[in-house]
Amino acid sequence: MKRRLCCALSLAVLVSVSASAAAPKISGGVVKIGVLTDMSGLYSDLGGQGSVTGAQMAVEDFKAQYKPSFKIDVVYADHQNKADIGSNKVREWYDREDVDMVTDVLNSAVAIAVAKVTAEKKRILIDIGAGSTRLTNEDCTPYSIHYAYDTYALASGTAKAIVKQGGDSWFFLTADYAFGHSLEKDSSDIVKANGGKVLGTVRHPLNASDFSSFLLQAQSSKAKIIGLANAGGDTINAIKAAAEFGITKNQSLAGLLVFITDVHSLGLQLTQGMMLTDGWYWDYSDETRKFGKRYFDKMKKMPSMVHAGTYSATFNYLKAVQAAGTDDADAVMKQLKSMTINDMFAKGGKIREDGRMVHDMYLMQVKKPEESKYPWDYYNVKAVISGDDAYQPLSLSRCPLVKK
Amino acid sequence: MTEIFGVSTQALLGQLVLGLVNGSFYALLSLGLAVIFGMLNIINFAHGAFYMIGAVMTWMALNYFGISYWWSLALVPLVVGVVAVVIERALLQWLYKLDPLYGLLLTFGLALIFEGVFRNAYGVSGLPYSIPEQFSEPLNLGFMLLPKYRAWVILVSLVVCFATWFLIEKTRLGATLRAATENAKLTQAFGINVPLLVMLTYGFGIALAAFAGVLAAPTKQISPLMGSNLIIGVFAVVVIGGMGSILGAIVTGLALGVIEGLTRVFYPEASATVVFIIMALVLLVRPAGLFGKRES
Repeated sequence: MKRRLCCALSLAVLVSVSASAAAPKISGGVVKIGVLTDMSGLYSDLGGQGSVTGAQMAVEDFKAQYKPSFKIDVVYADHQNKADIGSNKVREWYDREDVDMVTDVLNSAVAIAVAKVTAEKKRILIDIGAGSTRLTNEDCTPYSIHYAYDTYALASGTAKAIVKQGGDSWFFLTADYAFGHSLEKDSSDIVKANGGKVLGTVRHPLNASDFSSFLLQAQSSKAKIIGLANAGGDTINAIKAAAEFGITKNQSLAGLLVFITDVHSLGLQLTQGMMLTDGWYWDYSDETRKFGKRYFDKMKKMPSMVHAGTYSATFNYLKAVQAAGTDDADAVMKQLKSMTINDMFAKGGKIREDGRMVHDMYLMQVKKPEESKYPWDYYNVKAVISGDDAYQPLSLSRCPLVKK
Repeated sequence: MTEIFGVSTQALLGQLVLGLVNGSFYALLSLGLAVIFGMLNIINFAHGAFYMIGAVMTWMALNYFGISYWWSLALVPLVVGVVAVVIERALLQWLYKLDPLYGLLLTFGLALIFEGVFRNAYGVSGLPYSIPEQFSEPLNLGFMLLPKYRAWVILVSLVVCFATWFLIEKTRLGATLRAATENAKLTQAFGINVPLLVMLTYGFGIALAAFAGVLAAPTKQISPLMGSNLIIGVFAVVVIGGMGSILGAIVTGLALGVIEGLTRVFYPEASATVVFIIMALVLLVRPAGLFGKRES
């Protein structure tokens, strides 16, 4: 009796072992995706709930198309734009909730902190909303991918185009944290490299309540171009105050990171003619329009580059898990770096060894109010900047992972 | 051109004027806070939220009902004041006998609720409100072009601040109010309806916040977060001025606006913190604030 029981047990063990060898090796049986974003602060319109929706849509679509044998879960949290809250939350996700991949993570200060925790815990960070090039340079890790855009690409798009049009003297209005500094540095390098001058810079605190003082300084610099090296609510208030003080009559504003949600909020009257660089536009092709409309039905607004990027990153991550047959971070990263990203977000996108996802960027000009034919019809695409031109070349990389 | 520490006097004068504009908002908001703290002993954390509601209602009034800026200037503070009176009757009045911390918690909770509701409805990028036509041209001050609207903000808030100070410090009604604060029981014994006074005071303090909100609406994007971005600084102003001191709130509000403006020229990175540095220094030297009376 005892012997038979023993036999049966060992058989059962054998069967279960072989079964698990055939099925994907998924830790905890679930692939868990964490969307860490600003749910309530100044960036919550360009990321926030929209990023969560993007990730959820990607999971739905992936399930419908690939019928995976593993379960997929999406969790989300608010980092409140604070690096310590963000890294603590992610640590908790990795240690206690077995989250495999974290995405969005807008705000560069938070992103850099999260990248460190992710590398330490050997999970994956696919960052969408943060802009700092430090993520693929000094702070690059084998486990982080910078997916949608970065300050270098924004600068090489917008700043180069403006200098070429004759806007050769600049004054920067910079948000005083990692992202702003990075955007200012990359932009002034581009301005100088193209023969322009930087006359000065003023650094304002994040979430500044009033921009008039800073703008007055920009005005007295007599620079032709006032570069706004900030984002979200700060950019919006700076543009609004510039119009009120009549600064835009003699000087031009260059929004170095302007999201479609910002243009929507300010209206075309205040933003018309502004040049900007974006990684994605909903009204670019049939494929992007289809996604835009599906998203619009859920959120009642059109997606920003961050929302679309979160969708694309989540979808491609799941594809990589399916192909690798495991959610082990090393195997999935290897898979991701060997894939080509082809979807509504990017065509022929490649993930480099420094973690940079290289894809085309778009130079846009905001339409005049009378040119806009339907809701959210805001941009004219002036140029498509190929990924290799837009992003920092690997030869300039300061990332220790890049073999030179 | 003459220069002070490498900054031209012209630019400096411009910054002083802008500092006065921001100071006007500080003064209006901290005045309301000081009135409420002085009379009710409530630390009103919802003050920033009411400022935001004032701005959002101005936008709603124009976009849903076609009510112009000028009417909003009168109507919005009234409506918000009535809402505040309801809150005072329903919630706050039960807390006067308890530790002030309870009032702080309640009003903080209310602020979060208000912010959450409006964030849910309108998002954070903000709602646009244009400057009234009368003010569209800038005013040439010689050293700068000041948008007329900003000049109007300074003027009207100075008038309102002075009127409030006059009402409380120089009129019979103000004297009764102050008596009620000093000794509620004794004042009631004279046949004065103290709870009614307290209720109206709260309504008035909040109406001031809403008034500041209406004034702010055309100058920035109206966003659910605009109150919480400002309110911490306003609390520092009240502490520096002396808790509950009317004159203290007005003078410190304006002065700190100017100091903050100057910081934006000389060391902009510190412009968000300078108020707190001054607060720490003042508390070291005069723990009751610049205009506060030390309790015996």
